[in-house]
Amino acid sequence: MDTLEPKTANPSVTDKTTLFVGMNGIVKRFPGVLANDHVDFELRHGEIHALLGENGAGKSTLMNVLAGLYRPESGAITVKGKVVNFASPRDAIKTGIGMIHQHFMLVPSQTVTENILLGLDAPRFRLQLNKYNRIVAELSERFGLKVEPKAKIWQLSVGEQQRVEILKMLYRGADILIMDEPTAVLAPQEIEDLFKTLRAMVAEGKSIIFISHKLHEVMSIADRVTVLRKGRVTAAGLDARQTTLQELARQMVGRDVIFHLDKKPREAGAIVLEVKEVRAENDKGLQALNGLSLDVRAGEIVGLAGVAGNGQRELAQVITGLRKCSDGCVVLNGEVICNRPALAGIQRGVAHVPEDRTHVGTAPNLSVTDNVIMKQYRRPPIARRGLLNMQVATKFANELKESYDIIAPNVETPVRLLSGGNLQRVILAREISGQPALMVAVQPTRGLDVGAIEGVHRLLLAQREAGAAILLISEELEELFSLSDRVYVIYEGRIMGEVQVGAAGSTPEMVDTVGLMMTGTPLEQIRKGEAQRND
Amino acid sequence: MTENTSPSPAARRRLFPFILRLEPRLEEPPRWYPAAVSFGAIFIALVLGGILIAFAGGDPFRSYAHIAKASFGNLGVISDTIVKATPILLTTLACSIAFRMKLWNIGAEGQFIMGAFGASAVVLTPLLPAETSPWIFIPVMMLAGLLMGALWGFIPGFLKARFNVNEIISTLMMNYIAISWVNFFIFAIWTEGGFQMSPKFPQNAWLPRLLDYGKSIPVFRGLTTHLGILIGILAAAILWLVIYRSRWGYEIRLIGDNPRAAQYAGVNITRNTVLVMMLSGALAGLGGMSEVTGMVHRLQTSPLAAGYGFTGIIVAWLAKLNPFVAILVSILFGALLLAGREIQPSGVPKMIQGVILVCLIASDFFMRYRVRVVHAGEEA
Repeated sequence: MDTLEPKTANPSVTDKTTLFVGMNGIVKRFPGVLANDHVDFELRHGEIHALLGENGAGKSTLMNVLAGLYRPESGAITVKGKVVNFASPRDAIKTGIGMIHQHFMLVPSQTVTENILLGLDAPRFRLQLNKYNRIVAELSERFGLKVEPKAKIWQLSVGEQQRVEILKMLYRGADILIMDEPTAVLAPQEIEDLFKTLRAMVAEGKSIIFISHKLHEVMSIADRVTVLRKGRVTAAGLDARQTTLQELARQMVGRDVIFHLDKKPREAGAIVLEVKEVRAENDKGLQALNGLSLDVRAGEIVGLAGVAGNGQRELAQVITGLRKCSDGCVVLNGEVICNRPALAGIQRGVAHVPEDRTHVGTAPNLSVTDNVIMKQYRRPPIARRGLLNMQVATKFANELKESYDIIAPNVETPVRLLSGGNLQRVILAREISGQPALMVAVQPTRGLDVGAIEGVHRLLLAQREAGAAILLISEELEELFSLSDRVYVIYEGRIMGEVQVGAAGSTPEMVDTVGLMMTGTPLEQIRKGEAQRND
Repeated sequence: MTENTSPSPAARRRLFPFILRLEPRLEEPPRWYPAAVSFGAIFIALVLGGILIAFAGGDPFRSYAHIAKASFGNLGVISDTIVKATPILLTTLACSIAFRMKLWNIGAEGQFIMGAFGASAVVLTPLLPAETSPWIFIPVMMLAGLLMGALWGFIPGFLKARFNVNEIISTLMMNYIAISWVNFFIFAIWTEGGFQMSPKFPQNAWLPRLLDYGKSIPVFRGLTTHLGILIGILAAAILWLVIYRSRWGYEIRLIGDNPRAAQYAGVNITRNTVLVMMLSGALAGLGGMSEVTGMVHRLQTSPLAAGYGFTGIIVAWLAKLNPFVAILVSILFGALLLAGREIQPSGVPKMIQGVILVCLIASDFFMRYRVRVVHAGEEA
């Protein structure tokens, strides 16, 4: 950086149709995953271009490639008409591309100005803080990014810290800003402020790529939308004004042929789980569940559909006693189990297949045996007064290994050496072997290969046969429709509605309805709309 | 990861025809492997230490022979080695159980001293008259040592569990309080004629020593090995049973490996934090009791606060937190402490100890990575 004043966009390029960034045939592979499969993407000058897709669709990977963090296996990138080949984020920022990550990279004990100057060549020795404070203040004024240059980072709210990140990029002369799910950490009012800023920046000639999986946000802020699904582009550069929520939802979740599972019709039994008007906060202290109610009966699989981050994780935690609810209650077979230790649920037959297999579901350095007795070690025959009967435990582990096809050299193997599918089998074997009254399965097939997925599905159906109540939380609509008897849709911590899945499986209308509810349209509203159309 | 970082592949080929590639170990190494790596590390450490001795102007072979002789050469020095190993063993066990749950108890030193204080208080207050039978004296003193150590572990444990106070800092600070606490008593209350020590305990309150049986078994004459080592070995066996074969130990291992999984399995982490810190403190306290009643025979800070609690931290790591391995490593460390002084009071022997430690800790690398030699040509 040789100039003191922040750079601005080249004033001669003002036409909204000018191609700013072109990415052609980008391929990026990670071990076992094809994250980007020949992806094309283009960004025009002065637009807000949303990149939409579910978790794991490859949005962040694609943008990390553009920002110079990853190098693609193949494909070409052109920026402002020139072919570029970034070796590092430094190269990318030199051509004007700056990325603002979900996790901020700021030094908490330093001031805003110091953070902005961090890593730059100028000022060289004397900090001249007064002068730079002024420059930062001017810059923040210009883009409506209200923040005090002399404030220390730790004193700022998350929204303000995000503004500092944006200022950092603007100061470095970025005219292409990539924002990775910028609204995920913000409160609603802060989101409004952010959108105002984004519009101000576009008016100044900047271009913005907005990564999100929240449809309504995309519709309200973006000029154009590109949708990714499983590493591929399903819709390229749609005009946001000429598309609909339904269309985007369909492109995002897909509507592949739903494979049929052998699901026998079964009469559901008594209500096992009742969630009544539950409210709870997430880890960041924001409201995640807003008066959510649902019920699950014995011998049925109830699906919970929704885009990630709408309260699914928190709901599973409240039911299993790992999170407190601030209002409402959870009732299991007539007994209140929320706001009690997790042990209370476990002793009453609540099984939990957690979303995070390695960090929550297992103890990586302990053996298969130690991992499968996690819910059984308090009871005989494994418990023998205060001691553990290791012979019984080993026999139990070997039986599970046999009947659940857990592939491991022996039951003494630490589970960190197991593959994802085998790890999931360890968890399922453990949870099912307790003959649960209720099973809460969160994303049980995420990241597994086809064979392993089928195995997990069969196990869940067998549990249904055995009369357990199963709450299946998943982002895979195909999975939800092929397994569930009913599907609830969650959106921003509330249930939007409920769809009955017949024995014949799902219909396209059903999928459309669920897709609409996933984007925030309550079921009554959809029904009303249909009724009006029929009149 | 390659060892060679020269920029051009061609230059690299000319300089060194092979590349060392480090690959993370994906499967468990065979059973003999960890022991082989540790012995290899000690061997390399001894070679490095030999070079060190040679630089200092000594003959490495003769020096090593001398160390071996001075610690294991005859019954007398073996006994001395065991006496040195006894307090180390108990503080090591104390650290092992806390570290197992990833509770960094740096306060075994203070808990050790408080254990010694508790045992001494029985004699000095006096809680029991001087002519009490050892059959009552010793159990009561053990109980007092265990309780004082447990109390000294409870305080940081409770602070950690209730207010999330960093246990590294609190246990470290508690060490100084313990030393000053004992100093207050031996300077003011229990002082012997103004010296900084208490009066000697009556013989009834001493742990039995081998030399006590010297009259009937002549071999034992002059051997100061006391009952403490048996207490330590018994404690190691019980601790092994607790860790690997009990429900509580299972919970401790689960929390240590993955606290979130433990929470998910319904384990009460708060309660276990307090209990494990108390057990850890109690074991260190038992060490203090054994040292004061078996070796020192009076309350005095200088031979008691000799850093056994800190040595225990290192030995616990070297023993990979396994109580049985801890017995062996403690004896080795006892030998080093004892024989080291034979060559030089400080200096070279301390350096060799350091080299052994660094090599053993560094050898852990080979447990996690395998080294493969690749011909430079075949590397794409």
